[in-house]
Amino acid sequence: MKKLIEKIMTTLLWFVMLCTVHNASAQTDIDAIMMEKNAFCVGPMYAYSSWKNYWEGTLKRENENLGTVSTQMIGLMGNYGISRKLNALFGIPYVKTKASAGTLDGMDGIQDLSLFLKWRPFQKKLGDGRLSLFGIAGVSFPIGDYTPDFLPMSIGLNSKTASARIMADYQIDNLFATGSATYVLRDNIELDRNSYYTTELLLTNEVKMPDAANFNFRAGFRNHRWIAEAVLNIWSTLGGFDITRNNMPFPSNDMDATTAGVNIKYVLPPLPQLSIVAGGMYTVAGRNVGQGTTVYGSFFYVFDFSKKTKSSDQPSKTN
Amino acid sequence: MKKIFLLSLIILASLVTIVVGCNKDIEGRTDSAGALNPANIDLNAGTWKPILLSTPDEFAVPAPSATNTPDYIAQVNEIKTWQANLTNDEKRIVHYWSAGAVLRWNEIMRELVAKHNLPPYQNPDGTYPVPSANNPLAYPQFPFANPPYASRAYAYLSAAQYDALVAVWHYKKLYNRAAPYKVDSSVNVLIPKSDLPSYPSEDAVVAGAAAEMMKLLFPGDQDFIQQKVEEHKRSRIIAGANVRSDIDAGEALGKAVAQKFVARARTDRAGAAVGNATIWQQMEDDCEARGETPWISLEVPKRPPMLPLFGRVRSWLFDSATMVTVVRPGPPPSTNSDQFRKETDEIFEYSKNITREQISIVHFWADGVATYTPPGHWNAIAADDFLKQGFSEVRWARNMALLNMSMMDAAIACWDAKYFYFNPRPSQVNPEIKTTTGTPNFPAYPSGHSTFSGAAATILGHIIPGNKSAYEAMATEASLSRMYGAIHYRSDCQEGLKCGKKIGDFAISRAISDGAE
Repeated sequence: MKKLIEKIMTTLLWFVMLCTVHNASAQTDIDAIMMEKNAFCVGPMYAYSSWKNYWEGTLKRENENLGTVSTQMIGLMGNYGISRKLNALFGIPYVKTKASAGTLDGMDGIQDLSLFLKWRPFQKKLGDGRLSLFGIAGVSFPIGDYTPDFLPMSIGLNSKTASARIMADYQIDNLFATGSATYVLRDNIELDRNSYYTTELLLTNEVKMPDAANFNFRAGFRNHRWIAEAVLNIWSTLGGFDITRNNMPFPSNDMDATTAGVNIKYVLPPLPQLSIVAGGMYTVAGRNVGQGTTVYGSFFYVFDFSKKTKSSDQPSKTN
Repeated sequence: MKKIFLLSLIILASLVTIVVGCNKDIEGRTDSAGALNPANIDLNAGTWKPILLSTPDEFAVPAPSATNTPDYIAQVNEIKTWQANLTNDEKRIVHYWSAGAVLRWNEIMRELVAKHNLPPYQNPDGTYPVPSANNPLAYPQFPFANPPYASRAYAYLSAAQYDALVAVWHYKKLYNRAAPYKVDSSVNVLIPKSDLPSYPSEDAVVAGAAAEMMKLLFPGDQDFIQQKVEEHKRSRIIAGANVRSDIDAGEALGKAVAQKFVARARTDRAGAAVGNATIWQQMEDDCEARGETPWISLEVPKRPPMLPLFGRVRSWLFDSATMVTVVRPGPPPSTNSDQFRKETDEIFEYSKNITREQISIVHFWADGVATYTPPGHWNAIAADDFLKQGFSEVRWARNMALLNMSMMDAAIACWDAKYFYFNPRPSQVNPEIKTTTGTPNFPAYPSGHSTFSGAAATILGHIIPGNKSAYEAMATEASLSRMYGAIHYRSDCQEGLKCGKKIGDFAISRAISDGAE
């Protein structure tokens, strides 16, 4: 029992997740790809996102005192196959922001560490294809000491989160579709100042963050060498307030974003342990967020730690 | 399978851990403040020196009916009827308002300032609209409660409440009508009992004066303000602290006293502080004629400078001649001098190498857009400390009036100097200087935060001598925060603090002689 508690505590420390990387690559918490037992897939990732227009409440506007606000992210992501049905994933990003106009300084630093457990309890033939169901749980917390109170230059919102997701995937031959729904609990955050105004004056440094919901749909082509998919993502905070006219954004704003994009993964024929991932997405609708365009790329390498096979012919066969 | 079970357990445990810590309701610092229960009721405060009233009985208050009349007994029964069936909301408002009338109206004013502290968005042609007091709900809403505007709002509110309370204390002693719970022991009392006579009500006079001042200062928020007035008055009846005639007499007196302050405010020249394009250009030209680099707005499109004629607003603690000869800081380092270059380089270094600790200091003191401004921050500091002192309502008001008259005068003196010297911001001189807080849209020298803080720390250090060095440390930190944030030079901050301290000393002179010490 003592050992169990120790293990729980150790795992808890590792249990983290991050929102930025969310729908930004294959083999993430939000796709239907599982690693084989004892396979560890890890790799660096780079993403560039920028916006010139943003939504002040529902009003779309630009701001000549910010110009174009850009965010660069370098992250490390990994996925370990505890079993064929249970994977553990982590991600940790370094983020840097910049505004092209005005005097406001950009910020940079390590943002939030995230970890997920992805569980596939059900997989069955259904009709001509195969249906898989998933349950995914994740947590994230800031590890860098950064301020969330300098939006839009802050590198994150500094909130600890816990998320629970259900996901279904259906594949016929090489065609697939995946859908998921996520509930994200967001913990209160603390500011450097001890009062702030939302729709009322609050005399505290603590800010209550609204929870959020996320819906993700992806569909396309998938075989052992290629994945090419279209992705639609809908993020919505469950509460929060609008940015008032010509005000600055605030962490507990009502933030909604619908993004559409594409994602491609390619496994290199001469070196099947290595895969390349690239993609992009565009914010088609939003509220109190920037209308961002994001492009990203990464490569992943699969290490096989299984004791049975010294070297596998198909270490990257992940679905 | 065992492993899966174990890991599921881990998931569950981790989620529970996070969820338990999640979405806690938050509590403001003064939400649960205890009821005002002064050690000294300041029974003789009717003799304290008012600010605008010629005498404490300048406005007549009729003698109250005796406590054995049917009129009074009916009023006591009103209390009993309320108390017979108290809702949770009624208990809540009794608790909320019992912490102090001056405290709560000060907080309400801070809330209105924060709500209205938003610079107007530009017109399609690149000019900027000016909020209109005659049409406060149209965009841009009136007022734009920037720091000078806010300092003036706090000063008028506090000063009017103080004079109104001096008058109330005069009549309390004169008529000496006991509180309802002393007249009828079957009245429940939900607040600490006091020997202070209850006619006229000190709470109602504060509410009446506040509502009347706020009609002028926040004309678009009357529904919110009137709702607070009604709630405040009702809370005192529910609490058994006042009968209705205490409340009515207090409210009427508060409104009458406030009219003197409204009349002063309407003629204090703040209404003309925006200036016009000719005046803005003249200031720039004058600066250039002196051979200096003039301030230029760093906003796009260029925004006219904030309240360039606020320096001509009528001050409280000294006259305009004294301001020029005694209070106004000497000139800043010439923009052509080595000293100026050195100071600009120093700010460039902060801009490049700011630490997390310094960012925290910048943001703690920034009090920028959508906040209650630096004068509001010092009101918050004062209120937190006054709560611990156990002041009477009248002493609360007197101390808040001293603080806020100081800070309005600091705004006047600081703005006078800013536009007299018209000195550029660091980011104008060196565009590579990036800031960790918004760059204010007015000349740099001297620093407004430093002037406000110097004045506030000085008078507060007199009011609570035990905190003197703590207030000085806060003022220094607030001042330095503007250098860390890369929006002010060292000279701006140092001279601002000195100027503020001089203004605080004028307030101390008044404090020593107003009869309260």
